[in-house]
Amino acid sequence: MAEQHTGIGISIKNLYKIFGSNPEDYVDAVKGGMTKSELNEKHNHVLGLKDINIDMPGGGIQVVMGLSGSGKSTLIRHINRLIDPTAGEVIVGDEDVVKMNETELREFRRHKTAMVFQKFALLPHRTVLENSVYGLEIQGIPRKQQEEHARRWISRVGLDGFEDNYPNQLSGGMQQRVGLARALTNDAPILLMDEAFSALDPLIRMDMQSVLLDLQKEIRKTVVFITHDLDEALRLGDRIAILRDGEVVQQGTKQEIVLRPADEYISSFVREVNRGRVISVDMVMTPLSGEPQGMPVRKGTVLEVAAKKMTDSNVSMAHVIDREGKPVGALDIHDVISAMVTPVDHETAA
Amino acid sequence: MEWLIEFPDLGTSTLRNIRLTVDGAFREFTRAYGESIELLFEPVKWFLINSENFMTDMPWPLILGIVAFLVWIASRSWKITLSSVVVLIVIGLFGMWEDTMKTIAMTFVATVLAIIFGIPIGIGMSRSNRVQSVVNPILDIMQTMPSFVYLIPVIMLFGIGKVPGLIAVIIYAIPPIIRLTNLGIRLVDVDVLEAADAFGSSSWQRLKNVQMPLALPTIMAGINQTIMMALAMVVVASMVGVQGLGQQVLRAINNQYFTLGVLNGLAIVGVAIIFDRASQAYGKRLQRHTEVVHG
Repeated sequence: MAEQHTGIGISIKNLYKIFGSNPEDYVDAVKGGMTKSELNEKHNHVLGLKDINIDMPGGGIQVVMGLSGSGKSTLIRHINRLIDPTAGEVIVGDEDVVKMNETELREFRRHKTAMVFQKFALLPHRTVLENSVYGLEIQGIPRKQQEEHARRWISRVGLDGFEDNYPNQLSGGMQQRVGLARALTNDAPILLMDEAFSALDPLIRMDMQSVLLDLQKEIRKTVVFITHDLDEALRLGDRIAILRDGEVVQQGTKQEIVLRPADEYISSFVREVNRGRVISVDMVMTPLSGEPQGMPVRKGTVLEVAAKKMTDSNVSMAHVIDREGKPVGALDIHDVISAMVTPVDHETAA
Repeated sequence: MEWLIEFPDLGTSTLRNIRLTVDGAFREFTRAYGESIELLFEPVKWFLINSENFMTDMPWPLILGIVAFLVWIASRSWKITLSSVVVLIVIGLFGMWEDTMKTIAMTFVATVLAIIFGIPIGIGMSRSNRVQSVVNPILDIMQTMPSFVYLIPVIMLFGIGKVPGLIAVIIYAIPPIIRLTNLGIRLVDVDVLEAADAFGSSSWQRLKNVQMPLALPTIMAGINQTIMMALAMVVVASMVGVQGLGQQVLRAINNQYFTLGVLNGLAIVGVAIIFDRASQAYGKRLQRHTEVVHG
């Protein structure tokens, strides 16, 4: 498990972003409680992000979810400072990105981050190979080495044989594979993905999600993934932060969000989620009292699978074991089933 | 009511004084700096004379070969290459070979200089709105001011000859390349620029790797326009002593030689078409990557 947290952590602290001609003038007012609409109507400034605090542990996938206009794309651009914040800190590793000068920032972008874009943003006049080496090329790494790296990642994302094609000759899904290969070739510890799969067809999107999850087992980068799609968020995210109107409304593991939505806004999101496939037995197990009973179930198993196993072998009690096979909790089939069913109050609320 | 009909101007004596002062000042300037400015343009003169000598001293089959080769390199089309050679042969048969060579040399030099000065100015304009708002009206003046007007000070400085003609041609022909360089860079997709920034490009790397290559088709259109406008100016340039097809046209106008005028006019058209087709085909080849093959 140790290698899971080798990546660089990102910590966003008290981040504010106000768009307009004199944003600094209004930070204190916003901190003092001025609302987004008041700022907009009276002062003609737009509140982009308000008091964002997110800790993203290294080596995991942090999903930031929100509908359009929630500020999620603005937020991810603060991590490599494509957008300057009005106030706040963005600590990456042990450096504050906000305090960097131009040269430091350029070096930071070259070596610490790589980004994948919603509209791919490939260089249309360059082939797949030439696109993939871009990050290394501007770092001034020898050409032979650039191509070696790039060819490895092009092959890894499944684009063997397309090295000399131009982006326009590829389908959307393949173009985004190029975008991914370009980001991975850069070999930066942080991967920023801004709605990377949103422009793709649902099937291709699923496919790309699998590619990313597969790769992540191997590369263990700190991934920040922006999406407006809850299914995608639940599939990819180790941790999820939900943004609305520039504010974080809830953050936590996907199970915490599905089981304990912070407000009506989030519960309306999670209502349609297949809970059996998201929630794991860890969330519903009770502490062991006495000897472990029934059949063993691996920690991290999702409820759907656990319920099937238990009913198949016709038991009502089971115990949860960790990786070493040590029992860590007890599991009752009633708890499993009731956790799988969407709570009634949500149904009636609809 | 006379004051309503007659516009109340500044008065004859005031206007005459203004004219005399400005003219006097410029004459003083010419006397003081004329020679050093002429010296400044010495390399341009050298470039022009050598290009002309090259074109006129070279054996004609070699010139045909060089033109065919260059047109082929640019267009990769047998049709365009062959037509260019045929046009030049016809021009030669009608006895206009040497004048045509001089005109081509002049156009070539003017275009090269326009590119050398125009592209950096265009880049400067694209990077700053303030520069753009200063340069744009100057370009408007250059394009609309009758060429004879700016020829007056040029002739006062340089006298009659090749260099003032070249300067007049460049002043008239440089605006499109400046404008289209500026436009091409400004039209580059912001998403792609953002990606270049996200990977840590310096502003030079941005320009070299992203902005210039993506603006190149537009810039090529500007170069094409510059060549066409330079050719259109050869007749005016001939009035201040530039030799070539324009001079023959001028002679035809003065003496009412209809055939001479038409033949030389058509030769200018022929040269223009060769330049145009070759440079356009080259511009189109630069955009090969935009062909959509897949969905």
